[in-house]
Amino acid sequence: MTTLVEELREALAPGRVRTGATELALYGRDASTIEGEAGVVCLPLSTAEVQACVRIARRHGRPFVARGAGTGLAGGAVPVGHPVVIVLTKMDRVIEVDAESRVAWVEPGVVNLDLTRQVARHGLHFAPDPSSQQSCSVGGNVANNSGGPHCLAYGVTSTHVLALEVVLPDGEVTVVGGLDPEPPGLDLRGVVVGSEGTLGIVTRVAVRLTPLPPMVATLLLDFTTMDDAAATVSAIIAGGLVPAAIEMMDARCTRAVEEFVHAGFPLDAAAVLLVEIDGLAGGVAAGVERVRAVGAANGARSVRVAADEAQRALWWKGRKSAFGAIARIKPDYYLHDTVVPRTRLVEVLRQVEEIAARHELIVLNVFHAGDGNLHPLLVYDAREPGVLERVHAAGEEIIRASIAAGGVLSGEHGIGLEKRDYMPLLFAPADLALQACLRDAFDPDGLANPDKVLPSGSRCADVSRLGEGAWI
Amino acid sequence: MDLTAFADDVGPDGPVTCVGGSTQWAVGGEVDPSARVVRAPEGIEWIVPEEMTLCCGAGTPVTVLLDALAERGQTVALPRWEGATVGGILAVGRSGVDRLGRGPVRDTLLQARVVTAGGLVAKAGGPTVKNVSGYDLCRLLVGSLGTLAFLGEVILRTRPLPEAIRWLAGPADPFELRRRLHAPTSVLWDGTTTWILLEGDHADVDAEAARSGLAEVAGPPELPTVARWSVRPGGLRELSGRFVAEVGVGIVHHTQPPAQQEVDVEVVRLNRAVKERFDPSGRLNPGRCPLGGAT
Repeated sequence: MTTLVEELREALAPGRVRTGATELALYGRDASTIEGEAGVVCLPLSTAEVQACVRIARRHGRPFVARGAGTGLAGGAVPVGHPVVIVLTKMDRVIEVDAESRVAWVEPGVVNLDLTRQVARHGLHFAPDPSSQQSCSVGGNVANNSGGPHCLAYGVTSTHVLALEVVLPDGEVTVVGGLDPEPPGLDLRGVVVGSEGTLGIVTRVAVRLTPLPPMVATLLLDFTTMDDAAATVSAIIAGGLVPAAIEMMDARCTRAVEEFVHAGFPLDAAAVLLVEIDGLAGGVAAGVERVRAVGAANGARSVRVAADEAQRALWWKGRKSAFGAIARIKPDYYLHDTVVPRTRLVEVLRQVEEIAARHELIVLNVFHAGDGNLHPLLVYDAREPGVLERVHAAGEEIIRASIAAGGVLSGEHGIGLEKRDYMPLLFAPADLALQACLRDAFDPDGLANPDKVLPSGSRCADVSRLGEGAWI
Repeated sequence: MDLTAFADDVGPDGPVTCVGGSTQWAVGGEVDPSARVVRAPEGIEWIVPEEMTLCCGAGTPVTVLLDALAERGQTVALPRWEGATVGGILAVGRSGVDRLGRGPVRDTLLQARVVTAGGLVAKAGGPTVKNVSGYDLCRLLVGSLGTLAFLGEVILRTRPLPEAIRWLAGPADPFELRRRLHAPTSVLWDGTTTWILLEGDHADVDAEAARSGLAEVAGPPELPTVARWSVRPGGLRELSGRFVAEVGVGIVHHTQPPAQQEVDVEVVRLNRAVKERFDPSGRLNPGRCPLGGAT
């Protein structure tokens, strides 16, 4: 251990290699409930320093785990087995903005919202907007292929990443993808995005910047039943309109948010929808009318259009503060993230309610309804004996219900440690073997963020040995 | 869709090639002529506009798919290439001239059921429009030229057909025009003339067309077919010769071959490492390589 730490201190600077108990504990977790154990914490300032960390860790046979702001909810950055933790938050420069080509090179530690603020003077923004955008880093967005409310129209992080500089698990540095549209070879960029630091450590990101829409209209619809709200979502999409965002909050969530933010949300609604339409004047006006009509046809009690930017900002503040607001109900929460077909929202939401009730838990729903991306929040008080077991049991049932409805394990939070062992619910051994082959191609020694994403026992070699016909 | 017969055709050994419409057959090099020919199943399983998704066999002709989608008021960001199959377009990964507005072909693929080099059916991705469950293998499969696995059945992201679709052309600075218009679906330029494709609400298309100062035309220009360059969008101003450039994207349809692109040694190594693991005996489309002549 001493030699490892000494070598790291020599390569970086003594002050940027930490072994104090407090810091090891601090970097031993992310925003999930899972706790790990960091071996040593490094705070590099450059690609060369990240490369040095990886090479030194390798020499000592020690795994390494990259992390950004630690807002991840699936334990993807939680260190397992005392690894070298490589913290990228000090690499936080916007290196270059090419407004004409609408591209920026940034370091991974840049905070998502800071990037958008820095390019706003060019009339541009970084489209992925997770609810944690005030604190999450672009590197973390890349690692998890993050989404956010507006990815309904604009697409998830992968759509907005052109190229990545990566320190590969063997310590070499390369660039995958490119600023040109068809770089030669396999789309390695596409698989490094969302790989949760298991294929290498991203040290620079070329992001696509999106023009700010010339016009935005935000609507608030309120309903006396959840079913009507969900039917409205389906009818909007089926009618050929793709809003920039469609967010839903249930009654408990709406009340909690309203008492916290005073955004003017109706306290007696069973569900509210926040719908945003952007673009040119004609399309926005037509879209607003269409949402009004669809809402009215599906039992909306009221449809309001934000009168000005202040009201719009307040409604969005309400949506994005939901996770803070629920602290008024219980001190702790467990946030799930599954996706179901949009047409099965009502059915799965009913099951979520029933599952929570059976485990004597309170559940709140605030989610990206337009994508079918559920975010059930189970609230609890961790001091209550046995409650975490009930939370986990309910969570597993929610995951199973989502998959049974034709959904998937995660829409934007990733697999990490949290859902690793649920991967076989969605994937057969032959499917997992292909994923293991990809990982093995990048990291045959398994040192880059081990134990994440794939369940133990997933092996590349299995692909040719699996029994014929077994998985067809 | 039952892929058993397709998997049986591929089998577990011997060189094999998966053929679609052969409209882009030269991309990535010649396939060893000894390779046995197989074809992916065709047919549309379902189209669900409420989900903005569809499911079809990879062997489905793209024109058949686009026509069926249009009847449901939907479309998909695959180019309407006569004779091409859905699987062929995905395997080659080249987008149409509307990539600027509709996004690249690679972003359309949500789930793929493939036949592996071992002759097994396996799944990549998932059926929903948003999904980060595990590695994003669908991105890897698009553009892999059938060298990692053969596409059998795919689930694709669709979008509503726009209300108005209009091509315009005239002598204008394409770069200035792109800055000035909100979101043209395509901006093409041959050094003299600029073509734009506008899509969306009728009133918006009218207003943007008026702002552009261009005149309505039937469609895009004839594209030089000799070579397809991929350059940084910022590098298009310096082009010479006979060409049509996709402004804002960086594809140049040219009469001259492109400059040889340098590929980093680590990228070459990773391409080989992936291939070796997905297809250890090198039986899938032998002779073909996504790095093309770049190796």
